[in-house]
Amino acid sequence: MNKALLPMPIHTAVLLLTWLLLNDFSIGHLLLGSLLAVLIPWLVAPLSDPQAPVRKPGKALVYALIVLWDILRSNIEVAILVMRPNRSLRPALLALPLDIQGDLPQALLASTISLTPGTVSMDFSEDRRWLYIHALHVTDEQALLRSIKERYEAPLKEIFAC
Amino acid sequence: MTLYEWFIAALLVIGGLFTLIGALGMVKLPDLYTRLHAPTKATTMGIGCILLASMLMRLDRNEGFGIQELVISLFLFITAPVSAYMIAKAAMHLRVPLQPGSDPHRLLEKARDQQPPQ
Repeated sequence: MNKALLPMPIHTAVLLLTWLLLNDFSIGHLLLGSLLAVLIPWLVAPLSDPQAPVRKPGKALVYALIVLWDILRSNIEVAILVMRPNRSLRPALLALPLDIQGDLPQALLASTISLTPGTVSMDFSEDRRWLYIHALHVTDEQALLRSIKERYEAPLKEIFAC
Repeated sequence: MTLYEWFIAALLVIGGLFTLIGALGMVKLPDLYTRLHAPTKATTMGIGCILLASMLMRLDRNEGFGIQELVISLFLFITAPVSAYMIAKAAMHLRVPLQPGSDPHRLLEKARDQQPPQ
């Protein structure tokens, strides 16, 4: 495949498919979709950084399912916390030591933390070895940090082999 | 009403309830940082339920598979953590105070300067 013409072949395919699914199929939309699917990657390819490749796609799928389940759980947990009186809340700011490195794995970890039980990522330290987390309700800081490391960081580390 | 329609109705009610609780959290939680939790979570769930109901309804009426709903939920899951992160970062730089007692180790100063905790 010609690298100069189609710099991001997977993105091109996904874009065309999405365009056809969002609009009703017709020759006009096929042409317009193809045009956009070639032009957009061509425009944005220079902006993309090289990222760590996914080494274990199967593990990534399992991870996505775990996170989806945890989102469900965390929604119910946060809803209950919100309904309870404010004085029973114990919010806390925590520092999570990071083992994984690389932009994409760390961004995924930070997003996962924001979407799951009672925690929001706040910022990284400059050397990217610490992630600051705000938790809505903490009873045991060490247990929370440990569970994040075991449940999310360890699988991400395996998926990206970093 | 068929059982299927009852199920869709139940999803809409649950979705509405979670969105309401999310909005309520925005009003009643004690500081900006705790208020961040309500819209990033409760609301994602609420909108997820409503979109699922919409997808099931379309399937029932043979109006095809609801790809729009899938795209909406995907964008929601991608943008919610990013916007929460940006708001938290902005709040730290503007020195928005934490609720007393929630930062015993004085990490907020370190987090703002992006320094390691020790």
